[in-house]
Amino acid sequence: MKHTISVLVKNEPGILSSVCDLFSTRGFNIESLTVAATIDTSFSRITIVTNGDDIVIEQICKQLNRLINTIKVVELPKSADKCIDRELILCKVTAKDDARNEILRIAEIFGAKIIDVSTETYTIEFSGDTRQVVTLLALLKPLGVKELVRSGMVAITRENQFINLDR
Amino acid sequence: MTAEQITKTDKMTGARVFLECLKKEGVDKIFGYPGGAILHIYDELYKFKDIKHYLVRHEQAALHAAEGYARVTGKPGVVLVTSGPGATNAVTGIANAYYDSYPLVVFTGQVDTKLIGNDAFQEADIVGITRTCCKHNYLVKNLVELPKIIKEAFHIAKTGKPGPVVVSLPKDVLTSRMTFEYPERVNLPGYNPNYEGHPIQCRRALKLLCEAQRPVIISGGGVIHSEAWEQLQDLAEKLNIPVATTLMGIGTFPQDNELSLGMLGMHGNYWANLAVSNCDVLFAVGTRFNDRITGCLKRFCKDAKVIHVDIDPCSISKNVHVDIPIVGNAKNVLNVILNEYKTGEYKYDNKMREMWIKQTDLWKSNKPVFAVPNGILHPQTVINHIYEKTKNLKTIIATEVGQHQMWTAQLYKFTRPRQLITSGGLGTMGFGFPAAIGAQIADKDALVFNIAGDGSIQMNIQELMTCVDYKIPVKIAVINNGYLGMVRQWQEKLFDKHYSQTPITSPDYVKLADAYGVLGLRITQENQIDEALDKAINYNGPVIMDFIVEPFEMVYPWVLAGKPINEVILSNEADETGKGE
Ligand SMILES: Cc1ncc(C[n+]2csc(CCOP(=O)(O)OP(=O)(O)O)c2C)c(N)n1
Ligand SMILES: [Mg+2]
Repeated sequence: MKHTISVLVKNEPGILSSVCDLFSTRGFNIESLTVAATIDTSFSRITIVTNGDDIVIEQICKQLNRLINTIKVVELPKSADKCIDRELILCKVTAKDDARNEILRIAEIFGAKIIDVSTETYTIEFSGDTRQVVTLLALLKPLGVKELVRSGMVAITRENQFINLDR
Repeated sequence: MTAEQITKTDKMTGARVFLECLKKEGVDKIFGYPGGAILHIYDELYKFKDIKHYLVRHEQAALHAAEGYARVTGKPGVVLVTSGPGATNAVTGIANAYYDSYPLVVFTGQVDTKLIGNDAFQEADIVGITRTCCKHNYLVKNLVELPKIIKEAFHIAKTGKPGPVVVSLPKDVLTSRMTFEYPERVNLPGYNPNYEGHPIQCRRALKLLCEAQRPVIISGGGVIHSEAWEQLQDLAEKLNIPVATTLMGIGTFPQDNELSLGMLGMHGNYWANLAVSNCDVLFAVGTRFNDRITGCLKRFCKDAKVIHVDIDPCSISKNVHVDIPIVGNAKNVLNVILNEYKTGEYKYDNKMREMWIKQTDLWKSNKPVFAVPNGILHPQTVINHIYEKTKNLKTIIATEVGQHQMWTAQLYKFTRPRQLITSGGLGTMGFGFPAAIGAQIADKDALVFNIAGDGSIQMNIQELMTCVDYKIPVKIAVINNGYLGMVRQWQEKLFDKHYSQTPITSPDYVKLADAYGVLGLRITQENQIDEALDKAINYNGPVIMDFIVEPFEMVYPWVLAGKPINEVILSNEADETGKGE
């Protein structure tokens, strides 16, 4: 079962290693991990997508909490009406002859941008939730994906829920 | 006045700041070993009279000695070693303290900040190396951070679930200057250990304990860390519940108390294991349910309701399913439960309790069987004599790891917490002797014994010289069986007696003692034991006693790894005597 965990940490060197070490030494999986500073640059926000049963996820959250430099650990709700997730992809596809039009059509349907063009390729930029990303990639794949870069998932809760430092 | 205007004399070097910080933390003793990267500290130390430094002969021993000191005093042990090899030599000691949750603050030298990452001479990434075997660590990048980091390091080491904290000190940090100021308090928004158990959970626990028909308490090392032994004993007696301890919890419940089941687990008492296996409510305090006490997890207490008190939320429901989790400091939680009991609203059926206790007493008649006397000195006999000779003295026993450790845990009737010092989590051979040194430094008046194996003692025997230098009168009893006995025991039972690399030779310990200038005694017969012990105890200095014992003795009871804890081997002949029940 897939879970998204949001971790607020002190923005200090070593903290990312601590988080990664924790996953590797205890045999937990990381499906994706993103990290960047928050608006207060002395803190960072890490979004981890992992999988495991409820007991494993509970242990992961507890273990993350135990690290001295983690301020807050929250397992994000799964339902889309409580939480929004997005992923950015950059994808270089083979674009020759008829395929050039086909790619443009697909991009238009998804609201994706063509950000670079060559005689043989298009580079597409797209951001969306996991399902949209997966669907788009499924459509592009038969056309020949030369290179793909994914940001990993970031997520935020809706409305009046905040994951911030309590002051 | 700007920073530049302050004259140089107003400012202290980092090395001096370091010592001033230690003084502010009340540190008066440190264990260490010098080297290039921390020469500046040693230079300051030369002039600094408020801190006594103990020079060991190997950095690992400094760590173990500091842990021995921490185990006796309850205060963090402090260590100072150099960069590179000094730091890597310290790793085993850091890990040992981590797995038994004792507080240490370990300072390691480091190359200049601008050289870090360059594979400079004697550079080791100690922060990276220790990341998964210490509670927290720091690399000090700038002198101004140093006081704050030291303040935090001590705070983290001794609060919550205690543990070792490592601070890496680059050389240039120690040579730069600042005006010394020590922070009043720490600001660690990510670190708030929960001390107070949830009152509703405490009430639920008490209710369940009262309703129980066959309750058992397990008391672990956390009871020592939180100094909760009086409360634990009070609760056990008020509710009339038998108490088993883990290896780390030995001494938290007096073994001469009628409710005592002694130690449980792989080499625990048969009756303790049976009681835990047959209980209907298990009240576990300050233990992480290590595999050495649970055996086969699936069958551990499978029909019992489990109440688990621990300061570390990670320990709860990690191994054993818990019905009533209580995150908090054991002493606080037990106090809440005891106060609640005082209201008089909680009653239990004492007749039922008496029946249950009678049942555990019945199991107690199943004593482990030792090999038949054959004229050769038996290791168990030695431990029994040590116990008889020292039981009325203020004795602290430090052990190494192996058979002698288990016999000590089984046969020495510990009555006080902090009386047994042993490496439980990591199981580090070579721990006991330096730990005994630290214990003796912590408590000058105590009689400190190191019960050692012939294998283990050779791992840190060089510390005899440290004992001589500082007049530390530790009494070493080598249980000399000519084998890495515990490993040999597994080979005998599980590997067709292929004693692969387990026979181990020793130097002549009496001559060795002589070379070091300590007293050496050899004992080969039972009738020599008491005289030797008297001599050792009355001798004003370190002693090494070489007890030549039967090589093929086995530690029973024995639960094979992965088996349920009620499937116990009690003797050579009667395999799996206790199976079932
Ligand atoms: C540093 C270290 N290396 C290896 C081991 C594995 N080990 C556990 S017990 C043991 C034998 C200990 O022999 P000895 O000190 O003679 O004690 P005995 O079992 O004979 O009483 C060994 C090798 C260990 N625990 N620690
Ligand atoms: Mg031996």
